Amino acid sequence: MLLNLWQLLSEPFEFAFMVKALAVGILVGVVCAVLSCFITLKGWSLMGDAVSHAVLPGVVLAYLVGAPFGIGAFTFGLASVLLIGWVSARTPLRADAIIGIVFTAFFGVGLILVSKLPSLGEWTAANFGYTPPLLDVRSILFGNVLGISNGDIVQTVIAGGITLAIILLFRRDLLLFCFDPNHARAIGLNTGLLHYTLLALLALSTVAALQTIGIVLVVAMLVTPGAIAYMLTDRFGRMLALAVSASVISCIIGIYASYYLKASTGGCIVLAQALLFLLVLVVAPRRGLIARAWSTQRRNAASGAGQRPSVA
Amino acid sequence: MNETETAILVDRITVDYNGVVALHDAELRVPRGAICALVGMNGAGKSTLFKAIMGFLKPAGGRVLIEGQSVAQAQRKGRLAYMPQAEEVDWAFPVSVQDVVLMGRYGFMNILRTPRAIDKTKVTESLERVGMSDFRTRQIGELSGGQRKRAFLARALAQDARIMLLDEPFTGIDAKTEGAIVTLLRELRDDGYTIVICTHDLASLASFCDEVALINRTVLAYGPLETTFTPDNIARAYGGIFNHLVFDAGAGQAIPRQALAARARGTQPAADQLGGR
Repeated sequence: MLLNLWQLLSEPFEFAFMVKALAVGILVGVVCAVLSCFITLKGWSLMGDAVSHAVLPGVVLAYLVGAPFGIGAFTFGLASVLLIGWVSARTPLRADAIIGIVFTAFFGVGLILVSKLPSLGEWTAANFGYTPPLLDVRSILFGNVLGISNGDIVQTVIAGGITLAIILLFRRDLLLFCFDPNHARAIGLNTGLLHYTLLALLALSTVAALQTIGIVLVVAMLVTPGAIAYMLTDRFGRMLALAVSASVISCIIGIYASYYLKASTGGCIVLAQALLFLLVLVVAPRRGLIARAWSTQRRNAASGAGQRPSVA
Repeated sequence: MNETETAILVDRITVDYNGVVALHDAELRVPRGAICALVGMNGAGKSTLFKAIMGFLKPAGGRVLIEGQSVAQAQRKGRLAYMPQAEEVDWAFPVSVQDVVLMGRYGFMNILRTPRAIDKTKVTESLERVGMSDFRTRQIGELSGGQRKRAFLARALAQDARIMLLDEPFTGIDAKTEGAIVTLLRELRDDGYTIVICTHDLASLASFCDEVALINRTVLAYGPLETTFTPDNIARAYGGIFNHLVFDAGAGQAIPRQALAARARGTQPAADQLGGR
């Protein structure tokens, strides 16, 4: 029995692609988890969804000209948030409406580029003598960590490393910005810079997670770990640690499940996270459903012992 | 008044939101070492004036000077401290009382905000001064209304800013805590702090404020309480509908009867409910 379990866990390590996938998965899990704490506290989940979708045209254009996909993705991710900020400052519309309009427009442009790839490739070949490599659109949209290339690993490591370093170095300022931007401004911090730093980190982490989980589901990596941790603690240090643990565990479970079930890796990781969230939602010590029902009952019992208010 | 004795000078500012004028041609001078109350109906522009002084809003016209300098300069030097309204704070946020107070020290720390010994000492002293030492490791959501106010007051103290702006410091707290905060504000004033508060509580402000500014789309009147907080001015601030006043014969100050009644009930003063258009 124990031997069987050992076999089950060790078998994938015979394959180089599984080792790579697990290593990349863990890195991405850590990076996204750390950022997710700030994103959930700031209430920027939709913004995360927006930035991750908006990178699509950048990725396609990067392939078309033979540039690293990360550069194209980062550029378009950043362009989308700048556009959202620019429009927000000039209309009385609520931010979520503008975010919805801008990111779907970017994604739409991306889909058009994808559908026109063959003819665009011919065009670059005819005019610049450069024939772009075949682009697997599914791997961009849905991730393909089991088939990740060494070049893509390098990009993931660079983007993930920069994201992690910036967040950890400036975590106090970023946390203050999430908690009380007015105070941050009052003591002379550059809140505009912090705002766009956090948004740029969203774009960078999307680049890091793109190959693992895909554009469509990146937002889960940027929200769920933070939400799981938030249910479990009210101390930020612990929240970071719990989010990273939850995220890494989900990534490992997801990659194993994907290997054995021969199912979509991104789908498996996201589902593992969601199940973990469900578990925490029910059993979390103070904020979980059971704990809350328990404390309500106790409160009622305590007040009922005195005089019970008549309820019609 | 001597220029060097002016802590805050609001020089004929106009502020608008998307073309709607919230504050027109407003003028205010707050002397150093005074407690000044901003009063007016809801939507009269108190918060707007507050935000303009703090530099959160840029006036379309006019200027604000803090101790003779621009607001941006004052911010960089950490001269202005701000206590937000309770509704503006996310009380479920995973920070402890001492985390919040330490945030008052960020302006003194290096770029990575590594706390030094002096910062930790200041945090401890500030918490002691507001009587919150026993609660320093509590998450902010676990505090009562009055404790929450005191935690943010401690942050303002830790910031070493000589000018403090407190937004609705007495909303949602009991009379005892209000008394404790008023005592502390008086002490700070005597230490030379300049304090500006936004308040609905017309009845109690006479007991501890030195200056008052009446707001209704502009600053209708400002100056020492004795000459400014008159029935006439209050009536103008509240659009002439505020006529149930009890007069304190000695001081010549007006105390609204409904506000007193409201206070006794522990609800928002009547001025609020009268604030229809």
